[in-house]
Amino acid sequence: MPPFEPVLLANVGQEGSHTLRFYEQTGGYQSLRRVLKEQSPVQFTDIVKNSNLRGRGGAGFPTGLKWTFLPKDHPGPIYFCLNADESEPGTFNNRILMEDDPHQVIEGLILSCYATRATTAYIYLRFEYPLAYQRLQLAINECYEAGHLGKNIHGSEFSLDIYLHRGAAAYICGEETGLIESLEGKRAWPRIKPPFPAVEGLFRKPTVVNNVETAACVKQIADRGVEWFKSIGVPADPNNPRDAGSYGPKLYCLSGHIERPGCYEAPLGITVNQLIDEYGGGMWKGRKPKAAIPGGISMGLLKADEFHCPLDFNGPGKFGCLGLGTAAVVVMDETVSMIDTLHNSCRFFAHESCGQCTPCREGTNWALKMMNRIKAGKGRLKDLDLLLEIGDNIGIMPGTTICGLADGAAWPIKNAIRKWRGEFEEFIKRTNPQGYQEESAVPALELIGIH
Amino acid sequence: MPTENPLPAAPEPVSERLLTPAMVEEIRAFFPRYPNRLAVTLPALHVVNEHLRYVPLQAVVEVAELLELHPSQVQDTLSFYGLFKQDAPGGEVRAWVCRSISCALRGGEELLDHLCEKAQIHPGETTADGKLTLEYAECLGACEYAPCMLANQTLHKSVSKEQADAFLKSL
Repeated sequence: MPPFEPVLLANVGQEGSHTLRFYEQTGGYQSLRRVLKEQSPVQFTDIVKNSNLRGRGGAGFPTGLKWTFLPKDHPGPIYFCLNADESEPGTFNNRILMEDDPHQVIEGLILSCYATRATTAYIYLRFEYPLAYQRLQLAINECYEAGHLGKNIHGSEFSLDIYLHRGAAAYICGEETGLIESLEGKRAWPRIKPPFPAVEGLFRKPTVVNNVETAACVKQIADRGVEWFKSIGVPADPNNPRDAGSYGPKLYCLSGHIERPGCYEAPLGITVNQLIDEYGGGMWKGRKPKAAIPGGISMGLLKADEFHCPLDFNGPGKFGCLGLGTAAVVVMDETVSMIDTLHNSCRFFAHESCGQCTPCREGTNWALKMMNRIKAGKGRLKDLDLLLEIGDNIGIMPGTTICGLADGAAWPIKNAIRKWRGEFEEFIKRTNPQGYQEESAVPALELIGIH
Repeated sequence: MPTENPLPAAPEPVSERLLTPAMVEEIRAFFPRYPNRLAVTLPALHVVNEHLRYVPLQAVVEVAELLELHPSQVQDTLSFYGLFKQDAPGGEVRAWVCRSISCALRGGEELLDHLCEKAQIHPGETTADGKLTLEYAECLGACEYAPCMLANQTLHKSVSKEQADAFLKSL
């Protein structure tokens, strides 16, 4: 069995774990009472800052630092948004926390609001999580009754309201400014930054947006302290002054061709191999692995001989991937075609591009059209170069889009074609023996259904 | 996402109001949660959608009145999201079958094909008896239970063809 004792998932899977009664029996809301009594918001912010907690939503930005970007002595209101729009393919850790331990999330959220002096918090929950919706609403109601929410919480000066806000099935609402626009009742078109949300966010007020798992970590740091948190994971690289390290436990979502798919808690920095063997029970049906997504589909692809990749904030980048992302590991066995995999990825991003920036809207859709053509046996070798041209030119990194969705769309294209070019070329030659060398423009491109 | 629904035809003039007093009350209950009415747009659309299983243009006009917005503002927001149908109500059960990577690796696309074939509809359509709407979904966030399907409020986990058939029978 894995030696690591779960903390974030300690209550998950137990009978009645979603109720206030259960949560308080396991020591729940003691930290909230203590922090409200003994620590100022600045002191608690410092604790989170010193823990080097990095956001669990995907970008890995240091949480405490993000909080300090809020203007000092602002007359308010300051808003807090909990990003529960978990939609990255392969990712379900937030769902599990919200369904089975909603109070852990809410206690973390209340502590985060106290630190940032936010008096209103919105939980932006994706529509596709009806059970999480019920359980969170129930938990919020219980908190008001117990005095953990409302006016002058536990006799302190601090008041807070938490509202649940449901999305309507759009991936882009997970992008923090897309989330803010959506919450304001508009199309979820990400905003140009600056101004950053900390300065001008929701309803044009200073706003913090944090992920669900980040809030759960805040609660655990309040319980157990900075030293505990920093005793887990991978320390900062002393040769890189900009590295904040990868501390703390992390929820890894393991799915695909795995014997025991599931959400597992492990120290940041375990390898893909360890995750598969020690937690996932090995490959499905004992087959050989071929590829893995290291942290949600946006992060790109690892080859089977790269499974020694450590899953910390710096690990996947060393193997040509975009980063750790949501730490959702999707494993594929040797029967999987990379053409199918890339097609699936391109279809997802063409569907989920919000349409605001031309390079993303057009790029993701043209990538899908080319993948449709390749899959239909009409591919040309030149298509691979065209796909790479799209991959290299859409996104924040090449500087052509407002948000990172396009970078996420680009990475699987770049990784799949550069790491498995032989397979793509062989497929194209085999399925289009007459036309694979063709380079002229495609005549009358038939309108293949995109969505 | 934004271009999902073709532009619906102009509505027939409706004399009766679509939003019942109960629905209006439900929507009003959201007002104190937000500093302005625009932010109530999504909650209001959810209320309408839950009651009518779609949000026709007449309802958009009525929601706009209630929120003190122009109908085009509400329609602008609505048309961005894939959730709200406008041409006809969805089935009594609206089922989303996941086609994203984790489910696709475990037979999600075949599951959707199988359901469509048995129900004799294409994704996005509703059966003639109005009982079922089938749709594909991008990642439902239940990848450990691939292939999965969300039918109204119920998540169906690791759905086999036999379970899919049983689901169709149960309608």
